[in-house]
Amino acid sequence: MPISEILFWFLSVTAVVCAMLVIASKNAVHSALFLIMTFFAIAGHYFLLNAQFLAAVHIIVYAGAIMVLFLYAVMMLNLHKDAEPGKRPLFKIAATISAGLLLLTLTVALKHSETAPVGTNLNIGTVESLGQSLFNEFLLPFEISALLFLSAMVGAVYLSKKQLS
Amino acid sequence: MTILIFKIILVLAVFGITMLVAMYSTWAERKVSAVMQDRVGPNRAGPLGLLQPVADGIKMFTKEELIPEGSNRWLFILGPGIAMLTALLTGAVIPWGGDVSIGGEVFALQITDINIGILYLFGVVSVGVYGIMIGGWASNNKYSLLGALRASSQMISYEVAMGLSIISLVMMTGSLSLREIVAQQDSGFANVAYQPIAFLIFLICAFAETNRAPFDLPECETELIGGYHTEYSSMKLGLFLFAEYINMFISSAIMVSLFWGGYNFPFQHELGLSANALASVQTVVFFGKVFFFIFFFMWVRWTLPRFRYDQLMNLGWKVLLPLSLLNIFVTGVVMYLNGSLK
Repeated sequence: MPISEILFWFLSVTAVVCAMLVIASKNAVHSALFLIMTFFAIAGHYFLLNAQFLAAVHIIVYAGAIMVLFLYAVMMLNLHKDAEPGKRPLFKIAATISAGLLLLTLTVALKHSETAPVGTNLNIGTVESLGQSLFNEFLLPFEISALLFLSAMVGAVYLSKKQLS
Repeated sequence: MTILIFKIILVLAVFGITMLVAMYSTWAERKVSAVMQDRVGPNRAGPLGLLQPVADGIKMFTKEELIPEGSNRWLFILGPGIAMLTALLTGAVIPWGGDVSIGGEVFALQITDINIGILYLFGVVSVGVYGIMIGGWASNNKYSLLGALRASSQMISYEVAMGLSIISLVMMTGSLSLREIVAQQDSGFANVAYQPIAFLIFLICAFAETNRAPFDLPECETELIGGYHTEYSSMKLGLFLFAEYINMFISSAIMVSLFWGGYNFPFQHELGLSANALASVQTVVFFGKVFFFIFFFMWVRWTLPRFRYDQLMNLGWKVLLPLSLLNIFVTGVVMYLNGSLK
């Protein structure tokens, strides 16, 4: 078995097991930590697909920034097993049915989707080619999203500067 | 095959040197503080107290290990491990010197030259906060939790300004590879001459990211006992403290590589040295620059008082963030007028 295949199976098993543990663990902090491990496994998959930029940004943004804030909020909750309110049976049934429907939809959708050809261009995920396509092919959407982010940032700075009465 | 052996030797060497530098940084810190406070400092173990780090190490390893009751055992052990792991991971992309040739083959004094070197650094740094957060939370202590929360909010805030300060540099150099950026500084001035504001922002953020004074609020002893490591003892405490010194060493190395020319020094090609001799001199010069920055870290710690929490947040979000955005804009305009924009 080539090393990339071994890595693929290792990362896939890690991702799936950790993703299931996110739901299964009773402690919210443990869930958050398993989610971080899932993100790492997915970033590993990006590396295997030669999408280094995406992998690095995935780690920086999701594992490094968003999950830190998530963990920040969860740590403040200080949840304990005995203090956790029990869910009503009706709620559980509704959750099971809706989750099952989601699984069904995703399975059908993925089964009928066309698989993209892999391996035609190995350098498609590098910073250079990503920058080329962002600034040529997708210039307008890129600039619009950049403006959106900038305005969000300006808004945040403005809110922090405003004196709260 | 030879490249593999060379890389393994290099990895071990970088690991050993990092540990050694971190070890003697603890000694240097105590000596520097002693000089600044007109004291003698450690002088009992060995000449000039040079064996003090060894004595400290033996003390740390042999002390009783305590895991507080009601703490989360596994996460409590995991915390310092993550702190140490992420501190050591960053050394992999730093170019420690020029090329050396052994037996006709040319090797680069860098463990790996990935073309997203800077992003790799930011990825590892952004994950580094988990060691402190997990350790602080798992301790089941309110002071530790407060320290962990402070650490996370501080690191998130200063990472933003740090990342933006680097963007103006990346715009100029056109590369994310550290080796490439250092090689570009071979001729002409170091990057700090073109990007002084970016360097200043990066320097301030480096202090905040390594939790060094005046940004050491996560372990602020006057308010939080010991912050996130209040409950830690023996070598687990040692790992947390050691990780801080490794981070200091690595961030000094990053600053030198990005802004101060890395291993390059003026008139290096006029000396008429052979490639190997030049590479060794370059490595010595690199470490000289790095040691100056480590000294600078200590100098600031024993000179400036600690920030208040709101001052810390104000500086990060209201001063450094707009300043780094402005710096990007000015860099773009100058590059456009210069015609260096491709």
